[in-house]
Amino acid sequence: MSSDAMAIRNVEVESLPLVETLHGWLTTVDHKRLGILYIAYALLFLVIAGIEALIIRIQLMHSHNDFVSPQVFNRMFTMHGTTMIFFVAMPILFGFANYLVPLMIGARDMAFPRLNAFSFWLSALGGFLLYFSFLGGSGLYGAGNAPDVGWWSYAPLTARAFSPGHSSDYWTLSLLVSGFGSIGTAINILATILCLRCPGMKLNRMPLLVWLNLVMAGMVLIAITPLSAAQIMLLIDRYLGGHFFDAQAGGSAVLWMHFFWIFGHPEVYVLIIPCFAFMSEIIPVFSRKPIFGYPVMVAATVCIGFVSLSVWAHHMFTVGMNSYANSFFTITTMAVGVPTGIKIFNWIGTMWGGRIQFKTPMLFSIGFLFQFLIAGLTGIMMAAAPFDWQLSLSYFVVAHFHYVIVGGILFALFAAFYYWYPKMTGRMLSERLGKWHFWLFLIGFHLTFTVMHIPGLLGMPRRIYTYEPGRGWDTLNLIITIGAFIQAVAILVFVANLVISYFKGDKAGNDPWDAWTLEWSTSSPPPAYNFATVPVVASRRPLWDQKHPEDPDSRYD
Amino acid sequence: MVLGRAAIVVLLAGIPFAAGLCATNPGGDNAVPNIFQPQSTPADSIKQLSDFVLAITGMIFVVVFSLLIYAVIKFRQRAGTADREPAQVYGSTQIELAWTIIPVLIVVVLFLATARVIHAVQDAPKPATAIEITAIGHQYWWEFRYPGLGIVTANELHIPVSDPALPTPTFLKLLSADTDHSFWIPQLAGKTDLIPNHPNSMWMDPHRTGIFLGQCAQYCGTQHAKMLLRVSVDSPKDFGAWVRAQQKPAIQDEKVIAGRRVFETTACINCHAVGGSAANGRFGPDLTHLMSRETIASGAAENTKENLRLWIQKPDAIKPGSLMPAMQLNGEDLDALVNYLETLQ
Repeated sequence: MSSDAMAIRNVEVESLPLVETLHGWLTTVDHKRLGILYIAYALLFLVIAGIEALIIRIQLMHSHNDFVSPQVFNRMFTMHGTTMIFFVAMPILFGFANYLVPLMIGARDMAFPRLNAFSFWLSALGGFLLYFSFLGGSGLYGAGNAPDVGWWSYAPLTARAFSPGHSSDYWTLSLLVSGFGSIGTAINILATILCLRCPGMKLNRMPLLVWLNLVMAGMVLIAITPLSAAQIMLLIDRYLGGHFFDAQAGGSAVLWMHFFWIFGHPEVYVLIIPCFAFMSEIIPVFSRKPIFGYPVMVAATVCIGFVSLSVWAHHMFTVGMNSYANSFFTITTMAVGVPTGIKIFNWIGTMWGGRIQFKTPMLFSIGFLFQFLIAGLTGIMMAAAPFDWQLSLSYFVVAHFHYVIVGGILFALFAAFYYWYPKMTGRMLSERLGKWHFWLFLIGFHLTFTVMHIPGLLGMPRRIYTYEPGRGWDTLNLIITIGAFIQAVAILVFVANLVISYFKGDKAGNDPWDAWTLEWSTSSPPPAYNFATVPVVASRRPLWDQKHPEDPDSRYD
Repeated sequence: MVLGRAAIVVLLAGIPFAAGLCATNPGGDNAVPNIFQPQSTPADSIKQLSDFVLAITGMIFVVVFSLLIYAVIKFRQRAGTADREPAQVYGSTQIELAWTIIPVLIVVVLFLATARVIHAVQDAPKPATAIEITAIGHQYWWEFRYPGLGIVTANELHIPVSDPALPTPTFLKLLSADTDHSFWIPQLAGKTDLIPNHPNSMWMDPHRTGIFLGQCAQYCGTQHAKMLLRVSVDSPKDFGAWVRAQQKPAIQDEKVIAGRRVFETTACINCHAVGGSAANGRFGPDLTHLMSRETIASGAAENTKENLRLWIQKPDAIKPGSLMPAMQLNGEDLDALVNYLETLQ
């Protein structure tokens, strides 16, 4: 059976004409191809939203610059934020989950392959719908413009009185559509992990990546649904005479904030938990030790998942909640720091006493640890509600969440790219270009986002298209802009590495990193059916057991 | 590796550079709205809490960062060890308990310190001597009403300095006429949002006189960036004089009757009010004492004759996207109108 399948596959690869290859990709229900589609789609949007960020940075290079009009600037930061969260970070993480989860649990595909394809194409439709607004938005300032209400789209700025035309509708509908896609994928990941594990893979033997994606998928179900509900309510307000958020007619602007952040804060963890997952696979392999404190890592993740559902209003400390509510959200937010701290300590514990190899994935992982530590500490500062009354809505917050999203999530993603690209393509990424990529990106990142804290402390609010001279912000903003361009160069190096290595990279073989989880036991790239025979595992590190029969993990299991 | 070393040097050099930028911020001068130079009790309480939180988070950073760097250097792969796997350690309950319990204790301490400041700032009693002001956010400008004093003004807030012996704090009621805004003068208090249909309040008691700068902090639409704020903290004497001047109706000067006619017979009066005249629009700033203000267009331009002309004729040149329409006046009417506005002392 398995040798037949192998033979058929070889024929496919060698003889299909281009059109049929493309057709194959468009109609695929294979979790690996869908994973790569998710990732490619997200990389496309990463470049687009990155260009938007560069436009923002050129405009803010010095005071009273007029590179773009305020209208264009407002569209740029709205589209940058919306795109990066919904059409870069989420799809790219879903892509890795799609690709890796079945391989790591010894399954042949996701539980619902066609739902998987449907979810991807819904998400893709959402992104293209959002960008069609540049042509079809016909909003406030004449024909053709994108949403300009900020990525939170606070009411009542989205009411028809303040946002005529259709730009806000494109925002609403694209998030609604991609939200359905996300829910489909989350259900699929949950079902796959709970039902398709190979023999012997008990819950407490799953790789941490699988555990963390299980938590992530659960959180997507809880977080996306209120967002979708709010989008529907907003549509009712705009087209069916509803008044949920219409303050002039007795509706509540604050209600929208609650809905948005009940989604928005768990969303941060939806994005960061899969990155914790990458760290929990990569750091052990390059330290040559098992993860330190596996049960505690699982418990801390589940704990973060639950506590993060009760912290949303820390985004609303300036909204005028009473002192009890502010105190409540201060303590819950600070409490999230405890399990998160445990994770950082456990990763350092994993490195402790190990034999650390500074391959590119590990460099990005160490960068992640350093930046995520700082992001957590600035998070503690803003959890102190009174401190947040100063920091909120300023460039300090912008610096903080870019520390999380770029310094944390993107660094972890780069680590994941360098680590799993050989599995996905059969070729190694170039280590030399990888080191250039890492150091350039690290310098650019710190020039931009470390410096960005300071204008916030000096009273510079976010989302302003220009600022007054003489407030001490000019030099800092120039440095930030220079850093942004260094990051852009680093991204070019990365893209070049992806392309060049695809054709000229060293052959990877099945297991280039001498790793321990099941995806490294099959070929690179894996065949459509993943494993010729379904593997059977006896511990958390099945490949360690194979390579070290004299001292297998299963002995302590 | 050479590349790596060069990058580390650049990074390390950046740290004192950034610290230097912080330190060279001109002290005592209010041009930079630095949150670490508070001039009022709420801002000062926040700064004290901030110092405490910064000290604790700074210590955590030093400890964890040192552990990380130590692990990276000490446990790096060395020549000759590449073929031996290190000891496989799976965890340690004692150590993991320690790094759970210590953070919990830190969180408790931080929370108690924070809750104290939340209560002190938010639940402060309002003394009988307090000045009450209603601030109303509009798309891209601020309306200030002093209900007890019968004053309506815009964009430049005047409040008295508060003497600790006889405190005269200012209590603001915050409303919005349209979208969300946020009132932020970093040196006087933390920010509080102005939300339609959701009245908020805040207070401040400036310790010294001077001009304090800030701006709208909550994205409110196209010209969010130029919704600037100026607070003039006056001595009790100056504040009294300002109040008496603002309480008077507008000066009526026969020499500029032509300009007044232009004002009262065009769309100006749909939005603007001038006390003691037919103009009582409320959509735009009250102009009764326009010339007592140092800026126009919510701080976007200095209040000069040329800027007034430009603002009336072509507001987009100063503040593109503002809701002030271009008035399309001929040169003669424009001159007359500006001459009239210039008498509104």
